[in-house]
Order: sequence, then structure tokens, then C-alpha cells
Amino acid sequence: MVVAEGRPGVSAQRPAGLAAGDAGRSGVLLLLVAALAATCVLSVAAGTRTIALGTVWDAFAHFAGTEEHVIVRELRVPRTLLGLLAGAALGVSGAVLQAVTRNPLADTQILGMNAGAALFVVFAIGVLGLTGIWSYVWFAFAGVAFATVLVYALGSIGRGGATPLRLTLAGVALGAVMSGASAGIRLVKPRAFDYLRFWDVGTLAGRPAQIAVAVAPFVVLGLGLALAAARSLNAVALGDDLARTLGAGVVRTRVLSVLSVTLLTGAATAAVGPIGFVGLMVPHAVRRIVGPDQRWILAYTMICAPILLLGADIAGRMLIRPAELQAGIVTAFLGAPVLIWLIRRRAVSGR
Amino acid sequence: MRLSARDLTLGYDQRPISEHLDLEIPDGRLTVIVGPNACGKSTLLRALARLLRPSAGQVVLDGEDIHAYPAKEVARRLGLLPQTSIAPDGITVADLVARGRHPHQKLLRQWSERDEAAVVNAMAATGVTDLSGRLVDTLSGGQRQRVWVAMVLAQETPIMLLDEPTTFLDIAHQIELLDLCLRLNREQRNTMVAVLHDLNQACRYADHIVAMKAGAVVAQGDPKAIVTAELIEDVFGLPCRIIDDPETNTPLVIPRSHHANRRNDVRQPLRR
Ligand SMILES: Nc1ncnc2c1ncn2[C@@H]1O[C@H](COP(=O)(O)OP(=O)(O)O)[C@@H](O)[C@H]1O
Ligand SMILES: [Mg+2]
Repeated sequence: MVVAEGRPGVSAQRPAGLAAGDAGRSGVLLLLVAALAATCVLSVAAGTRTIALGTVWDAFAHFAGTEEHVIVRELRVPRTLLGLLAGAALGVSGAVLQAVTRNPLADTQILGMNAGAALFVVFAIGVLGLTGIWSYVWFAFAGVAFATVLVYALGSIGRGGATPLRLTLAGVALGAVMSGASAGIRLVKPRAFDYLRFWDVGTLAGRPAQIAVAVAPFVVLGLGLALAAARSLNAVALGDDLARTLGAGVVRTRVLSVLSVTLLTGAATAAVGPIGFVGLMVPHAVRRIVGPDQRWILAYTMICAPILLLGADIAGRMLIRPAELQAGIVTAFLGAPVLIWLIRRRAVSGR
Repeated sequence: MRLSARDLTLGYDQRPISEHLDLEIPDGRLTVIVGPNACGKSTLLRALARLLRPSAGQVVLDGEDIHAYPAKEVARRLGLLPQTSIAPDGITVADLVARGRHPHQKLLRQWSERDEAAVVNAMAATGVTDLSGRLVDTLSGGQRQRVWVAMVLAQETPIMLLDEPTTFLDIAHQIELLDLCLRLNREQRNTMVAVLHDLNQACRYADHIVAMKAGAVVAQGDPKAIVTAELIEDVFGLPCRIIDDPETNTPLVIPRSHHANRRNDVRQPLRR
């Protein structure tokens, strides 16, 4: 019997297993917020050149224009901000996608959405010659929408409609084609090559400072839409029929979810390039801690995903100093084994 | 009459299942729908629950077309247990039952003591209180079915539609569940509609029985008045005799035996 504090009227009969640990889950969430704050500090201080915490503080409190102060303010802080935004966006878009498709292996990368955004951005930069984030972020959204429609259409051809397996296969196949097309554009447009280098694997490094500012409103909007859909997603998890008899708007929930995923994936890809596995791994790990309630899954993912992405970025800076490993490579190194482990675990447990 | 169907035409992709169907669900009564597989029982229930939009006619709930209500308003008056349901991975019994409270929750006031009381009562009524901390994936089919019924109970709607609620249960749990339906109906004056396959149980528990065949309502009324050998033969194509159930004096359907004239062969014990 779980006894919840602060609910004297019902605590005596409160049944075990009822999403009781609200107090416990809030507590852990606070700890995670603290961990995220610590990760941010580390991300500002650590790197090719380690900067003392006191100096970091001075860079804001008593800016003196020293080289270290400039590194902190011009490079490290924007980079950290970018990691925060992109991490939350990638993680939450994965969580929403898994919930709305009822497919625990759904992910924006697996369904080809990252590749769609990347292809459109590469086209905008390489072929159309656009360079400002404000112009190509729209291409990223269009790319996600394009990939979503195409994957859905390809996955629904034939009898039986869009099963999770078909959508996954269509996503992986189209993702590969679109990544190939991106690579082709980069090869034939050598002038843009340099600017586009980071589209091979996503990275937080070397991004202009205004990018974080530019994508922030889209990320915030996308996160807000996801939270607005969270409760209905809980009902949708029971199947369309039950969701509707419980009064949840199934179509409205799907539309909110797709909008949210488009905004988040588009913004993250425009900002840092295609980074995989964050959206797959984090919601999975989080579900093991908080259970299947989407409200908690989204809240935890929003905090844990930036920890993972910033952690990967910091690791990439430290591992092969003075060179840097791109964050996307680190998350792939971490993510591939986790993915295999997840699939094996599900196979063993028979589900 | 809170719930009724008027001149309904139902179908999927232009293929009609039911045409010009009229039905009145008696208030505060236990109505049982029977009929052969694929005759359109689930389709009718889905239409009554606003899940399927009729291509003609209307379902009337409390005097208005059911499609004129907001979804949440319908969900506070009418609950449905579909024939098959999916439980999310890793959900506990209590959390699944709690999802039945969705239509009563608001964005700001998400979980009230009333919600909690509803969940506790629903689990007690269905006898799953002891399972409340267990993962739904680890339950037997029968336990799981009782958990789903508990979820619909937690919704606390005055009208409940149950599509084959006894299907995965052993005989004792079937009776227990039907007793529960009867109790809810008698004590709380709930209007209950259940699809059942066992005709004898249907006759025992139903105040009102609705026999369907090929999408149409063939007969309806008090089981004692309408369940005859002719009706069963017409609806199910099954020759049978009807006798009095010695327990309840309701009709008891005894299928005719194809082996009646060879009884001795069938009954012969196996030689070792
Ligand atoms: N989603 C659907 N799409 C197309 N046809 C359906 C669908 N659901 C049921 N049907 C068809 O409608 C008919 C009636 O089905 P149903 O109402 O489920 O029967 P019952 O519940 O009486 O066994 C069947 O022929 C079935 O194949
Ligand atoms: Mg059926």
C-alpha cells in the first residue's frame, strides 16, 4: 500500500500502483533539473581550453574582454543554449511520436523526418544560396512535413494500411534516399561544402550565436503543443475507440502532435543538423522511471534529453582533445548499443 | 428513453451492415444483445457510442442527436467497453482504471478525491483491488477483462455499453461479472447494454433481450416472452428445444443433438 502524504482523506485506502508517487516523481524531476544546470555549467567551462568557474562568473559579472571572457560569452554560452534547445526538441519530438503512433520504436530519425529537414536545408543553402537561419529554418519545417507525408503515403500503400512496421521501413528507406540526395548536393556545390560540413553529423560546434535565438520561439511553441496534447495522448494510448468514448479528440490530438513534431524536429535540425538517437533513447529510459503517463514522460524527457545532448557534446570535446568529436557521432555511439539492448529486451520479454 | 436509434443505416465504406434499424434502450434496465458472429452487434454498439457516424438516421441521447454533443459530454453520460482493447506497455492496474476518469478531469484540476474514490470503488466492485499494483501485461485474460470493466466503471456513466464482456472469462467469473452488471443496474439504476454469446445467461440476466440477424433486429422484449425455439432456429440456424431453467424459470436453450440417434456409440467408454 502506497501512502501518499498530504492527502489524509484518502491515504488510508489509496490503492497500490495508482500514479501515487507524484511527490516522488516531482522530487526526482527537481534533482534532474539540478543535474541539467550542472551540465550547463560544465558545458560552459569545459573544452579544448578549460576555463575556471570563477572566470566564467567574471565573464558575466565583470566582463573585461579577455580571451577567456570572449570564449565564454561568444562561443560556450550560445553553444550550451543551442544544446539545451535542440536536446529538448529532439527528445520531446521522439516522445510525442512514440505516443501518437503507439510505437515505442518511433523516432524522427527512423521515420526519415530529420533527413527530410536536412535535405531541404542543404538544398536551401547549397542550391539557393540562402545562408541566414531565418530563411532556411522554414525549409527545415517544410522538409519535415514533406518527409512525414511521403513516409505515411509510402507506408500506407497496399492492403492493411500504415502499420508500425511499414512506416518504419518506409522511413528508413526514404531517410537513406534523402540523406543520399543531401550528400549529392554537397558534392556538386563545393562552395557551400564548408558551410554544410556539419550536416553529415549534427554538431553544436561552430554555430553562429544568433541561431539559438532564432529557433527558440519554435522550440518553445513545439514544447507547448506537446504538453497541451499530453493528457489526450494518455487516452489515445488505449486505442482510438476507447480514446473517443473517453471524450478525447483523437484527430485534434494527432494534429497537435504532428504540428509539435514538425516544429521541434525542423527547429532542431535547422539549428544543429541531423542528430539521431536522442529522441529514441531518452523517452525509453524515462518511461522505465516514470511509467506510461505521457505528462510525466514529456516533463522528464524535456530535462533529460538536453542532459544527454550536452553530455555528448562535452564528451566529444574532451575525448580527443584538442580536436573535437561531433555530438551526433557521440550520441550514435551511445545510441546504437542502447537500441540493440532495447530490442533484445523486448524480444526476451515476449512483447 | 435516454438512448435510442431511429432509422439507422450503418456501414463501412458504403457497404451497409444495418439498414433502417430502430431500437429503444429501456432506461435503468439490463439489455442484452444476441446474434450470430458478424451480424453487426459491435457495429450497432459503436454507433450508439458515437464512434461510427450513421450514413442515415440518428442515435438520440437524452432527446438530441448524439453527434450534436461535445465528445466529453457524451463521455460523461455513456461509456463503452470495446470488444478488444490495448493496454499501454508497463501500466499498472490502478493507473489503467484511473484513465477512465479522463472525461471528468479538467486541464487545471487534474485529479480530485472524487476521481480517486471512483477508482477505488470500481476496483473493489470488480474484485481487482488486490491486483492494483500489478502490471496489466502480467495478468491472465480473465483478470485483464475485469480490469477493463473496472476502467469503464470508473468513468461513472449512467449508461454503459459492454461488447462481449465475458468472452475471456471462465464460467465462475462470467457469472460474477454478470452479477456485477445486475447489481450495478439494480442498485445504481444504471442503464446497461451487453453483447453476450451465451443465450442461457442472456435469458437469465436480461430484462430486455435484442436478437439480431444480418444487421436487423429480429425480435426484442422480455426473454420469457420472445425466446422460442423458432426464434433461435431463425437467428442462429440452430435446431433446439427450450425448457425452463430450474434455477430462474427463464428460458433454457438446449441444442438438438446430431448424435441423438447414435447416443450409444458416443457414450461408449473407451476400451483400454
Ligand atoms: N472496421 C471495419 N471495416 C469494415 N468492415 C467491418 C469493420 N468492422 C466490422 N466490419 C464488418 O461488419 C460486419 C459486422 O461486424 P460486427 O459488427 O463486428 O459483428 P459482430 O459484433 O456482430 O460479430 C462484419 O461483416 C464485419 O466484417
Ligand atoms: Mg462483435
